[in-house]
Amino acid sequence: MPDDTTAGLRLDAVRIRLGGQELLSVDRLVRPGETLTVMGPSGSGKSTLLAYIGGFLDPAFSGEGRVICGGRDIAHLPAQERHAGILFQDPLLFPHMSVGGNLVFAIPRAVAGSAARRKRAEAALADVGLEGFFDRDPDTLSGGQKARVALARVLLAEPNFLLLDEPFSKLDMQLRDQIRGLVFERAKRSRLPVILVTHDAADAAAAGGDVIEVG
Amino acid sequence: MLRFAPLLAIAVLALPVIAGLAGTLAPAFGYLPALGGSEISLEPFRIVLGQPGLLRSCLIALASGVVTAAISTALVALFVGGWSETRTFRLIQSLVSPLLAVPHAAAAFGLAFMIAPSGFLARLVSPWATGWTRPPDWLIVNDSLGLSLMAGLIVKEVPFLLLITLAALPQVPLAASNRLAGSLGYGRVAGFLFTTWPAIYRQIRLAVSAVIAFASSAVDVAVILGPTTPASLPVRLVQWMNDPELTARFMASAGAVLQLGVTLAALLIWFGLEKLCAMATMRLCERGPRFRADAGIRMVALLAMATTAIAIFGGLGLLALWSVSGLWQFPHVLPASLSLRGWQQTLPGIGDPLTTTVTVGLAATVLSALIVVASLAREQETGRSGGNRALLFIYLPLLVPQAGFVFGLKLFLVHGGVGANWAALVFVHLVFVLPYVFLSLSAPWRAFDRRYEAIAAGLGKGRGTTFLAIRLPMLSRAILAAMAVGFAVSVGQYLPTVLIGAGRLVTITTEAVALGAGGNRRIIGIYAFLQMLLPFLGFALAALVPALLFRNRRAMKIA
Repeated sequence: MPDDTTAGLRLDAVRIRLGGQELLSVDRLVRPGETLTVMGPSGSGKSTLLAYIGGFLDPAFSGEGRVICGGRDIAHLPAQERHAGILFQDPLLFPHMSVGGNLVFAIPRAVAGSAARRKRAEAALADVGLEGFFDRDPDTLSGGQKARVALARVLLAEPNFLLLDEPFSKLDMQLRDQIRGLVFERAKRSRLPVILVTHDAADAAAAGGDVIEVG
Repeated sequence: MLRFAPLLAIAVLALPVIAGLAGTLAPAFGYLPALGGSEISLEPFRIVLGQPGLLRSCLIALASGVVTAAISTALVALFVGGWSETRTFRLIQSLVSPLLAVPHAAAAFGLAFMIAPSGFLARLVSPWATGWTRPPDWLIVNDSLGLSLMAGLIVKEVPFLLLITLAALPQVPLAASNRLAGSLGYGRVAGFLFTTWPAIYRQIRLAVSAVIAFASSAVDVAVILGPTTPASLPVRLVQWMNDPELTARFMASAGAVLQLGVTLAALLIWFGLEKLCAMATMRLCERGPRFRADAGIRMVALLAMATTAIAIFGGLGLLALWSVSGLWQFPHVLPASLSLRGWQQTLPGIGDPLTTTVTVGLAATVLSALIVVASLAREQETGRSGGNRALLFIYLPLLVPQAGFVFGLKLFLVHGGVGANWAALVFVHLVFVLPYVFLSLSAPWRAFDRRYEAIAAGLGKGRGTTFLAIRLPMLSRAILAAMAVGFAVSVGQYLPTVLIGAGRLVTITTEAVALGAGGNRRIIGIYAFLQMLLPFLGFALAALVPALLFRNRRAMKIA
């Protein structure tokens, strides 16, 4: 868990360009447990900002600026060394693995031994209210259950920060409040800096942090 | 290392073609120092042009190319226009698609067994309707106009063009255009041809060119179904190429250059036809006729499509039946008895060709898959697909007639001291397998949802782990299917196998075509049956392995 002196995620003069044209620029500090909400219409480059921070920017775009996490600039690290927990619109559970397989895949290698890894995955399932789902086929889960597994998977990897790309927009109203509450509660509990991209004002309100408008 | 993959792919595709063309052109103009040809001369061409009936041979090859492409393309256009988004369409599509895997030679034999005077169709109506108690003395198979040759080519090219068209469909707003044209009062077919077809055709144009190149130069189909006196140019070409007289190589090379010219002429005629059709369509469109009464043309397209499938499947069934038939006299529709004698006689000698077919096919397929996957992975890394230029390279071995460059390649190998060995055969198969593996795999590869990889990277997984644990298993079905296509292509290769194998390495396909001349229907049936069995096993495995691996994963069942 990040400690408070160097904690948080700082976006230092981050700019996203498409073919020479600037789409957006951000200069912010997101403290542990806080959420920065980026709002804007589609095509405004807000998802691209997440791709730049997470390290999976499409080669068509270019980005610049420092992304400081835990006191060091991660903008030039390969994606797998940035430890970004990502949630997309779709839960994107790996369809060829069991629910448990998805979770075990996320557990850091430091947790050794398959029994220990399985135990941790089962605890994570219980933590999102899905006891006994370890051996299930992800495709047989309901939309809300899939969203919970996706959240559990992201948290198991012990990320340094969360990137949320409209993760609630495909859930129906009732479920949306529930999952949204769960995600922000867990992020606060783990003291993770969160960047949320959305076009739903209710998301921003639930996140409760700073909001910037782009596009 | 990944960086060199696209370069390797281009080398595999282009170098053999270029080397082969050079190796054909030089001897054609009398230059082949190893055989004492050190001066440029036109003598080889004089000899070729002096062959009796040469003009007719060339015209048949030319017509095969243009007519096959015209009928196949028109059929696919009318069928897609008339029936897309219907249940009938999906039914026919699932019926026609497997035909792609049937080797040309097997399909040609099946068709011959169907339509010959002593074939199944004649037996069905004899003697009660025709009064025939002996096969009529008609020249249906091997007719002098090459009509059955073209029919044999069409039934194999239609599935190919249909599949390429289906792959292009998602990139055009088909449903919306259909509804729009319909609301403006256009008939289904006319609406489709006016609005959607031009965009589709632009995407399948290379494939149509490949059909012309293949049909104008196909050897195996022409040996089985084509005219004999004189034979079409590619058949005579192979006779010259296999002439033990070393000096015949000059003439064979000049013949190969002539073949290139014939194919080029067919392509030029086709490009002219394209312009004419585009102009005529535009004129027609401007006058605004609606063509609402298109039920007739739709039915014709449907029947023709169904006939294609029935002809091949029926033919293949006949082949299988012949292989186990005892006495089966004309005009009996079914054999009087069944017997395994044919199999007992043939099986002992089948080991060698079978081993060669399977090992060469597997090696060429695995190598192709490795190169294609590496190239696609590199493309994904750089975000550059190479676009149309890359596609042209992919199609290059399919656009240059095999007879035009494989002989030159063989001369290169022979005079470079490389005899007929297994590795050389794998290499030359690779040239033709690679394009099909690429064409099959590129669409599903590019359609892969890359957010899965972003998530895996966020979970701290490196590129290698992400590739092996996420992308590879999720695409396993597509990769295996592409490999099955590649294996089927390798099994069906005739000319490259004959030329590079030089009689010392034989496959099921070369044996089948060679035995075709003997006319023993039981033996032909056995070899043709094996020819279709091997690709079928490939596809069955490709479907079975992922189904077993991911048997409890519902989302993996959708291809």
